Amino acid sequence: MSDPADLAAPAGAPLLALRNIAKRFGVVQALSGVTLELRAGEVLALVGENGAGKSTLMRILEGAHQPDEGEVLIDGRRHAFRSPSHAHAAGVRVIHQEPDIAPDLSVAENMFIGDLRPAAGIFLDRRDLLRRTHALLKRFRLEHVISPWAPAGTLGAAHRQILEIMRALRSGVRILSLDEPTSSLTEEESQRLFAIVRQMRAEGVGIIYISHRMHEVRALADSIAVLRDGHLVAQRPAGELDDAAVLQLMVGRPITNLFQGARRAPGEVLLDVRGLCNTRLRDVSFTLRAGEVVGLGGLVGAGRTEVARAVFGADRLSAGEVRMAGRRLVLRSPADAIAAGIGLAPEDRKGQALLLLASVQDNIVLSVPQLISRLGLLRGGAARDIAQQQVRRLRIRTPGIAQIVSKLSGGNQQKVVLGRWLARQPRVLILDEPTRGIDVGAKAEIYRLIGDLVAQGMGVLVISSEMPELLGLCDRILVMAAGRIVADLDRASANEQRILDLAMQEQP
Amino acid sequence: MSSEADEIGLPALPGRSGAVSRLMQAAGTHNLSLLLALAVLVAIFGGMRPDVFFLARNIENIGQGIAILGVLATAQTIVIISGGLDISVGAVVGLSTVCIALGVEWTNSPTLAILFGIAVGAAAGLANSLIITVGGVNAVIATLGTMAAFRGVAFIVSDGQSISIFNPVFRMIGAGRLLGLQITIEVLLLVVAAFYVLMRYTIVGRNIYAIGGNPVVARLAGLNVRGYQVGVYILSGAAAGLAGMLLAARTGSGQPISGSDGLELQAITAAVLGGCALTGGKGTIVGGLLGVLILGVLNNGMILTSVPTFYQMVARGALLIAAVLVAEQQARRYG
Ligand SMILES: Nc1ncnc2c1ncn2[C@@H]1O[C@H](COP(=O)(O)OP(=O)(O)OP(=O)(O)O)[C@@H](O)[C@H]1O
Ligand SMILES: [Mg+2]
Repeated sequence: MSDPADLAAPAGAPLLALRNIAKRFGVVQALSGVTLELRAGEVLALVGENGAGKSTLMRILEGAHQPDEGEVLIDGRRHAFRSPSHAHAAGVRVIHQEPDIAPDLSVAENMFIGDLRPAAGIFLDRRDLLRRTHALLKRFRLEHVISPWAPAGTLGAAHRQILEIMRALRSGVRILSLDEPTSSLTEEESQRLFAIVRQMRAEGVGIIYISHRMHEVRALADSIAVLRDGHLVAQRPAGELDDAAVLQLMVGRPITNLFQGARRAPGEVLLDVRGLCNTRLRDVSFTLRAGEVVGLGGLVGAGRTEVARAVFGADRLSAGEVRMAGRRLVLRSPADAIAAGIGLAPEDRKGQALLLLASVQDNIVLSVPQLISRLGLLRGGAARDIAQQQVRRLRIRTPGIAQIVSKLSGGNQQKVVLGRWLARQPRVLILDEPTRGIDVGAKAEIYRLIGDLVAQGMGVLVISSEMPELLGLCDRILVMAAGRIVADLDRASANEQRILDLAMQEQP
Repeated sequence: MSSEADEIGLPALPGRSGAVSRLMQAAGTHNLSLLLALAVLVAIFGGMRPDVFFLARNIENIGQGIAILGVLATAQTIVIISGGLDISVGAVVGLSTVCIALGVEWTNSPTLAILFGIAVGAAAGLANSLIITVGGVNAVIATLGTMAAFRGVAFIVSDGQSISIFNPVFRMIGAGRLLGLQITIEVLLLVVAAFYVLMRYTIVGRNIYAIGGNPVVARLAGLNVRGYQVGVYILSGAAAGLAGMLLAARTGSGQPISGSDGLELQAITAAVLGGCALTGGKGTIVGGLLGVLILGVLNNGMILTSVPTFYQMVARGALLIAAVLVAEQQARRYG
């Protein structure tokens, strides 16, 4: 693996150096000539637009992809990892955007997979496993939140992410890369993670941190590297670049006001939700008007996603009713809600939103069978036109509409989910974490799009853990805690502190 | 781009480009490698028995031999694409032959008897689907159970006896020709054509791919996942009923034991050979048909070259494992 000539580590060599990395997928040149250095005890923020090549670079680092050109040097020695397990053995870990867990194994087993110790020769030593799991959970102050024996599949997106991070932590890493680790974490959980990152930096771990959120980059990074279209356009100490400069380097043009567009007076009541109850919800009531953006704020686990699912007919109700434009809905399944003019873009795009094996086109036209067929027979041209229209409108970066959706970058996958609903044009659209993993430029586009949609009379319900997004986007914000709506704030009276206070107040 | 779509089995929507590239798309890389495998088998057996293998009579024999399996395997392909599995098809074939024989006895109308056999098959499929969707029983276990049950029903209604069919129409179907081609082969071609159109050119077909790809996603996109599952198992049962008709016509009798010689295993093998992933969402009808052809040539060739029966069984089992192994390797590569 390593070249004999390089065996003696040159003094002062950086912990990690990537030299001239290039990678091509078919017609897509994902990376070209990328050169990057990381020192021990340094946090390097890697930023760039959706599809810029960040995740690809990390996959090359950990040996999941082989570069077409270039080399990876650790302590000045060349390494060519053939697989992630080789990289792990060398102390290199990449934590991915979409964590992979074994849903039926327990949290503890997931955490220590590959390092399960036997008792009495053959049996799993549950006590030892519990002890080690507990110690790790405690480091995150999660020992009362996550049960070690809970099946990992029952965890929400946030806890899965944390599980994945802990999995890497338990096997001493020297180079750790976090690919958008906070995209599904709340502010509080993110802070906990930042503390861990800082602690590891102090212990001399080199960290590559990928994020679309500038304030996180500011909070953590010692230096910033910017990728644009597969080229590294800058690597500089964080102090030398201000936010505007970073954004400009990323997109190659200045970004103006994120939230814009004139507000209009809301129209008739579209969605009228009264007294929803089920195992996770307690007496949830609210209304959503045409031309209105209503936000659902609160902590992860407060029941925001459950509200969305209940209104969409995905979960059973034990009490309560949903009215659409005055008509009471019978919601036996999402199909009923869709027929009534409701759309839902779920937060878990891999598990709930996308057919990963299917093409961009098939994913976009999934909910509009009536538009792409006549008498049940497909009209290929219609499907193609609809898909192309959404790809253009959302600026989805894909070599074509026939591309398999799992090969798109994370942010572009999210846009495909939005495209499905834009094609359907519901009267009420529920967006659960709509900009998760989406870059600033695309975020601005999506905010503008939401503005356009409500201007045309749609009602939009947005669930978001990002405060600036809620505050900037929404006409009203409903704050949830422990399965109820604890406050209904209008634009004027909402602010970050108030929402946080309300969200925490009813927590046990 | 388009070849990438084929790689994973979900055919790209039609109407994209010229006829030639559309043909290439229809074939797909997986199907091209199946054609290659088929050519290799033909070369081997043709080389070993050039005197008989290429005779028109033998080629017709192969066609006869795969007609029943072909109907079952292409239906099984649809079941597997939808994310399910139907192990009970062999038993349903046996049940259907018995019901058709009884139907002829009772009504003396071949049409009614055939419709009766297909309806019994569809009812068996409905039973499977309800156990799986409403009962929430795993498809493998559910159809393993009904396989035994359906076989039992076939023995009960026939009193364990073979029932002869004395009717010229069945003799015609079993051995006769229409426009120079054997009727059994024509039935197979019709079924395959119908399934091909269903899976490739209809909304229903696209949605079957979707529910097999990820039922949660499909449900949240507004598809009636259970409805499709029920439909798919009914289709599989009805296809097995039709296959029973072909078998009854060929043997001139209804036998409760018929179809118990590993038909379900061969149907599943052909579907997997054809590129189906057992996790669902992936596969093609053309692939399934090519899988059947490979099995048919293999069966025929082994008989011509006098491979003992027991060794033939080993070879067929090994083929299923090999097909899954290859599929796994590919899945890993294209992850
Ligand atoms: N396995 C693959 N096959 C084909 N193309 C790929 C594959 N993986 C990545 N790509 C393409 O390479 C480019 C870079 O993707 P990458 O995932 O690295 O982007 P990213 O910077 O991580 O974006 P995001 O912020 O959206 O996560 C994209 O255009 C993507 O479509
Ligand atoms: Mg990425």
